Amino acid sequence: MDHFPTSWGRPRNEAIDAFNTYPLHQRPGHAPKTDTFTDGVQRTQQPIVTGTSILAFHYKDGIIMAADTLASYGSLARFKTIQRLHPVGARTVVGASGDMSDFQYLQNQLDQLTIDEFTENDGHDLGPAEIHEYLSRVMYGRRSKMNPLWNAILVGGKKDNGERFLAYVDLLGTTYSAATIATGYGAHIAIPLLRSAVEGRENEITEEQAREIMTTCMRVLFYRDARSLDKFQIATVTDAGVNISEPIKLETSWNFAENIRGYGAQTQ
Amino acid sequence: MPDGSFAQQPQQRQFNPYTENGGTILAIAGADFTVIAGDTRQSEGYSIQTRYAPKVFRLTDRAVLAVNGFAADGNMFVKKVKQRLEWYRHAHAKDMPLRAIARLIQTMLYAQRFFPYYVYNILGGIEEDGSGAVYSFDPVGSYEREACRAAGAAQALVQPFLDNQIYFKNQMAAAGQSHPLHLPLSDVLAIVIDSFTSATERHIEVGDGLEMYVVLAKGRSSQGLDGLRGAQEISTTNDGDRVFVIRRELKKD
Amino acid sequence: MFRNTYDSDNTVFSPQGRLHQVEYALEAVKQGSAAVGIKSKTHAILLALKRSSGELASYQQKMYRIDDHVGIAIAGLTSDARVLSNFMRQQAMSSRMVFNRPIPVNRLVSSIADKAQVNTQEYGRRPYGVGFLVIGQDKTGPHLYEFSPWGNSYEYYAMSIGARSQSAKTYLEKHYESFADCSLDELIKHGLHALRETLQQDKELTISNTSIGIVGPSGEHEAAAAPGGAFRILEGDTIDVYLKTMVPKEEAGEPAAPAAADEDVQMAE
Repeated sequence: MDHFPTSWGRPRNEAIDAFNTYPLHQRPGHAPKTDTFTDGVQRTQQPIVTGTSILAFHYKDGIIMAADTLASYGSLARFKTIQRLHPVGARTVVGASGDMSDFQYLQNQLDQLTIDEFTENDGHDLGPAEIHEYLSRVMYGRRSKMNPLWNAILVGGKKDNGERFLAYVDLLGTTYSAATIATGYGAHIAIPLLRSAVEGRENEITEEQAREIMTTCMRVLFYRDARSLDKFQIATVTDAGVNISEPIKLETSWNFAENIRGYGAQTQ
Repeated sequence: MPDGSFAQQPQQRQFNPYTENGGTILAIAGADFTVIAGDTRQSEGYSIQTRYAPKVFRLTDRAVLAVNGFAADGNMFVKKVKQRLEWYRHAHAKDMPLRAIARLIQTMLYAQRFFPYYVYNILGGIEEDGSGAVYSFDPVGSYEREACRAAGAAQALVQPFLDNQIYFKNQMAAAGQSHPLHLPLSDVLAIVIDSFTSATERHIEVGDGLEMYVVLAKGRSSQGLDGLRGAQEISTTNDGDRVFVIRRELKKD
Repeated sequence: MFRNTYDSDNTVFSPQGRLHQVEYALEAVKQGSAAVGIKSKTHAILLALKRSSGELASYQQKMYRIDDHVGIAIAGLTSDARVLSNFMRQQAMSSRMVFNRPIPVNRLVSSIADKAQVNTQEYGRRPYGVGFLVIGQDKTGPHLYEFSPWGNSYEYYAMSIGARSQSAKTYLEKHYESFADCSLDELIKHGLHALRETLQQDKELTISNTSIGIVGPSGEHEAAAAPGGAFRILEGDTIDVYLKTMVPKEEAGEPAAPAAADEDVQMAE
C-alpha cells in the first residue's frame, strides 16, 4: 500500500483495471511508464526530511491530536526531537506529516497570518475552519502549479460556536472532515482502531480515555511503522484553549520477539 | 535490484496532481421536477477517508450540481461556479437560468482544457419553461441535455439500469400502448434509491450515505415530499422553483 | 477658473492646512440625494431617496448589495460608486474563497477607505466623488459605517449623507437614544421620518422614490423570509406598508432644511 510520503502523489495507474481485480503490487502496468511530456519540463519533487503519521479524533471536550517527534531522512532516523504539532491562534492546532521543511514554511505563513489577524484588533479571529480553508487554498494552489507542498495535514480545534472541528488537507488539495482522521501509515493501521474506539462515542469519551486510546494507537504504530519513534506529543483543543504536551515516552514490550519463528538464524 | 543499485531503468518520479476519490452521482429529469443524487463516501485507494463528504450542491433555487472524480478539483470547481453565479446576481439581480449555467460550466471546463478539472459534472434542475432537465459533462466541457445520467465509480453499474428503467431499453410496451415519456416523482425516487443500494453492494467505493436533491418546478405541489422521511426544504423563496434534500443511509461496509 | 490658488492639485496643502480638492469631492457627495442609516441591537437599515431626471426617466439606483451580509447606499457620483462597490464585492468574495468567512464589515469599509486615502495623497489622482453608508452584520452584531472621499470610515448609531442630510441628522440626533431597542418596523419608521426631512417643500416619500435596505431578521411586514437576516432591498409596492406608518407632518412643523445646504459651498477664503 502507498503509505510512505515518497509514494504520495505518484501515479496509481488503475485506468486499465477499473475494478481492482489485481492486488496492487502485481497490477498490470503498475510499473513506471514513460510519459510523452516528462522530458520537456523537469520539476521533479520528492520529500527529503519526513515525518510519519498524525492521528486525531473528536472527544467530549474537543479534539485530540498526536504525532511522534521523529523527522526521518529516508530510512535514517535523522531528527528525534522535532515538534510536528503547531498551535495557530487560540483554538486551533495543526499537525503535519510529510516534508518537514514544507511544514516549517507553512508554520511561518500561519504565524504571520495570526499576527496580521491579531493586529486588526477588531474582535474577529481565525478559527480552525478558517485555518483549514486557508491551508486548502494554499495546498491546492501549489499542486496546481505542479509545485506541491509535500504534506498531509490535520487541522483541529473548536469553532467560535463551540463545535468541534477536525479536517484533513494534503499535497493534492484533497480535503475532508471526519470524527477520526489519520495520515500516512496511521490511515491504515490506526484508523480501524480509532473508528471502533471512538465512532458513536464522541460525546462520551473523557480526556483521560482519549489519551489512553491515543497512546494505544501510537504504540501499535511504533511496533509496525519503521519510520516512527517511541516518543510522541499529544495536543488537545478544548474551551480552555490549546494544550500541547511535553514529549511522552511510549512503554513498549518486545518479549514476543523471542517467540517469532521463521526469520533469521534460528531453525526451530 | 538485489545488489542495491537502481540500474534497470531511469526512475519515473513525476508528481501526479490527480487522484480519484470514488463515489457515484446520478440525475433523472421528470416532466416538472428533477432528482440529483450522490453518495457521500470519499475514498482514496482502499481507504475510506470520510463517510460524509457531499458531492451534490445547491447552486440556485432551480439548479443543483453534482460533481464526481477528483474531490479537490470538484470542490474548487463548485466554488468557482458559485462565484460566477454570485457575480451574475450582482449584475442582473436574479438567478442565472439553468441552460445558461450549463453553458457557463462548459466554458469553465474547457478553459482548463490542457490541465483539466478531473471531474464529471451532472447539472440538474428546472428550465425557464418549467420542464425538468439534466445536463451531463465530461471533464473538458462536452455536454448535452438528457433525461438521465449516472457518472463516477459505479457508472458502469448504474447507467445500464437507468437505460432500462428510464428509457425502457430492451422493454416491450404492452400491445397498443407506448412507454411513458416521464415517470412520476415517487417512481424516480425509488429508482434512485435502488440504484445506490445496488451500487453499494457491488462497488467498494460507493456507500455510507445518500443525498437526493429534488427540484420542483414553480407551482407544482410538493405532494409526497413533505411527509417523506428525511426530506427537508432548502429553497430561499417560496414563490419560485423549490429545492428539497432527502438523506438516506447506505451500507457502510 | 479657480476659486483659489491652492485647489488645482490635491497633493498640495493650502496655507491653512486644507486640501481643497478633497473638500470639493465632499461637495459631490452633498449633490447626491440623501441616504439615511440607522442601527438597533438586531438590525441595521438604510433608507435612500431616489432621483429621476424627469417624468420619462427611471429612478437612479441608490443601493447595492455587496454580499449576503453587507449592503450600501450611495450619495454622489454613481460611476465612482460602481467602481468602489465592485471592489467591495471582490473583497467580500475573496474572503469567502480564502477563509470561507463572510468578511468582517469593519475590514471591508477600511479596505475602501484605504483606497480613497491614496487618492488624496498621490499626484495625478482625484478623490472619489462619492460617499457611502454601509450596513452589515457579522459575529460582532449589526453595523453602520459612513465612508467619505477623505478616506475616513466611522461607525455610527445613525447617520445621513447627501443633499440636505443635515436636516435628517437633526432628526436622528433627537431620537437616536431610542434606536437600540427598536423593532425593525419602528426603526424603518424613524428612518422614513429622518429621510422625509431632506425633501424639498412640496415633495413627499413615495413607493417609487424610496428604497429601504435591511440586514437582520425579517420583519412582520416582509413577504419573503430573509434566510440568516441577509441584506435585502425593499422597493416599490412592498414599502407602501411602511410609508403608511409615517406620522403626517404638521403644516407648521419643524422648519424645512436650510436651502444653503444644497448649494455649492463657498470656500472660506
